[in-house]
Amino acid sequence: MTAMVELRDVHKSFGPLHVLRGVSLSVRQGEVAVILGPSGSGKSTLLRTINHLEKVESGTVEIEGELLGYRRSGDRLHELHEREILRQRTKIGFVFQNFNLFPHLTVRQNVAEAPLSAQRRPRAEVDALVTRLLDRVGLAEKAGAYPRTLSGGQQQRVAIARALALEPKVLLFDEPTSALDPELVGEVLEVMKDLARSGTTMLVVTHEIGFAREVADTVVFMDAGLILEQGPPSQVLDGPRHERTRAFIGKVL
Amino acid sequence: MTLSGTQAAPAARRDEISLRVVPTRHPLRWAASALALLLFAMAANSLFTNPAWEWEVVGEYLFAPSVLRSVVLTLELTALGIVLGFALGTVLALMRLSPNRLLSSVAWGYVWLFRSVPLILQLLFWYNLALLYPRLSFGVPFGPAFFDVGTMDLIGPLTAAALGLALHQAAYAAEIVRGGLLSVDPGQREAAAALGIPRVRRLFRIILPQAMRTIVPNAGNEIIGLVKGTSVVYIMALPELFYQVQVIYMRNGRVMALLLVAAVWYLALTTALSAAQFYVERHYGRGRS
Ligand SMILES: Nc1ncnc2c1ncn2[C@@H]1O[C@H](COP(=O)(O)OP(=O)(O)OP(=O)(O)O)[C@@H](O)[C@H]1O
Ligand SMILES: [Mg+2]
Repeated sequence: MTAMVELRDVHKSFGPLHVLRGVSLSVRQGEVAVILGPSGSGKSTLLRTINHLEKVESGTVEIEGELLGYRRSGDRLHELHEREILRQRTKIGFVFQNFNLFPHLTVRQNVAEAPLSAQRRPRAEVDALVTRLLDRVGLAEKAGAYPRTLSGGQQQRVAIARALALEPKVLLFDEPTSALDPELVGEVLEVMKDLARSGTTMLVVTHEIGFAREVADTVVFMDAGLILEQGPPSQVLDGPRHERTRAFIGKVL
Repeated sequence: MTLSGTQAAPAARRDEISLRVVPTRHPLRWAASALALLLFAMAANSLFTNPAWEWEVVGEYLFAPSVLRSVVLTLELTALGIVLGFALGTVLALMRLSPNRLLSSVAWGYVWLFRSVPLILQLLFWYNLALLYPRLSFGVPFGPAFFDVGTMDLIGPLTAAALGLALHQAAYAAEIVRGGLLSVDPGQREAAAALGIPRVRRLFRIILPQAMRTIVPNAGNEIIGLVKGTSVVYIMALPELFYQVQVIYMRNGRVMALLLVAAVWYLALTTALSAAQFYVERHYGRGRS
């Protein structure tokens, strides 16, 4: 069976800064991978290359065996047109640290926007979908509210519903709880656990070790643009092989 | 806990004594207000008692057909200048922000040129374009022409005025729109892109409505400036408001009264626009507060 997400030897630089230095990673359908690592190790950049918000310099990213951002012919990679890239992105949901909800649209409009304009699905169908999703994240009664009137935890749950509205194959989370007050972290993690249990493929960058231990199938430890080690939580969290992993986990716990 | 302590205390104390708030006094503010009121009363008094203002003449001409027609022309020129100016300005702003160096340089050059040349000079330039190009032809660049027309026939005074105002306005509008686009959090663009929303939709549905919050107050300034700014087209003998009152007072010598007619109309127009701006701002401010 092909992997849901497959990265092969991905390199990415910002000017002279070599941020990803050959990352290979494979995530199966329904798998939850939690990515840990110190600040600046390239975790966000890695997620952003997966939905082509950042172009890779070499290496490939595949979703369900489909090459992302490029078309291969012979030994050449042709860059895809914007429209194709947008179509590919609808297979991937992205949840940001700062939510990035559209402040001038209501909760319902935020969630409905992508299925209507990116996927051109009929309005009635989208309306039903939005209602179902808001219910799922526990915010059915907030459909008409504007994002600013919600708490951080509620905003992030709306952002998750918005990402789910594309009915994506993979969900990417970049530190989804880092901008939240401690007492609001739980409600967001609950929603994510529920998604994990229902078999959603997820890549999650987080510092919540408890979440990793409970939900992750795989824990990936990144350092300085490389994957230093990966494996089941029990192995990476409790018996890390590398000194740097041990030091990092010692610090966050 | 301190929190519950402070919460319980006021409730208990309110029963014992009722507290009254005494606001601070501001004697200087009082004195300044009194002075302002006095000056206002004096000005108003002279406005209505000095017969040189000739209010009855003002009343006579305020709604005269020729004046009303000139008000309509002023409004038309303003509307053309703003609509075309902001349409072109938006295109220029997008070009300026484009990663393509050529497009962004062209936009920069345009703004540089049209902000540097005085409007009045530019208007005369368009008006006299026929001296430079007696005929204009349309067709394949460097190839055959489909048809051509005399420049004078195509660019009359009205077209020259509208063109001049719009091109001038576009340079300022470009900077206002660019400022607005830059004021939107880059995370918004990124979130929209990550959701696969098409580029044009991203601009019109996500970015511009948020940019409008900074664009509208500045655009309001520009529109109000332009209502009055249209008066420079009097040099092309276009009967807009300012030209028209000049024509009338040259004939009857009632200079102050007719200047007052124009002033009253400009006041009325800008007041209406300010009111409209209030509602437009409230519309684009939804979701914040
Ligand atoms: N657009 C950019 N331009 C230049 N440098 C960048 C850009 N984005 C990221 N970087 C740099 O790349 C490195 C990796 O950044 P990245 O955001 O991927 O790290 P991270 O592991 O997510 O860190 P954190 O835990 O702080 O979020 C950092 O040194 C960062 O400064
Ligand atoms: Mg990061």
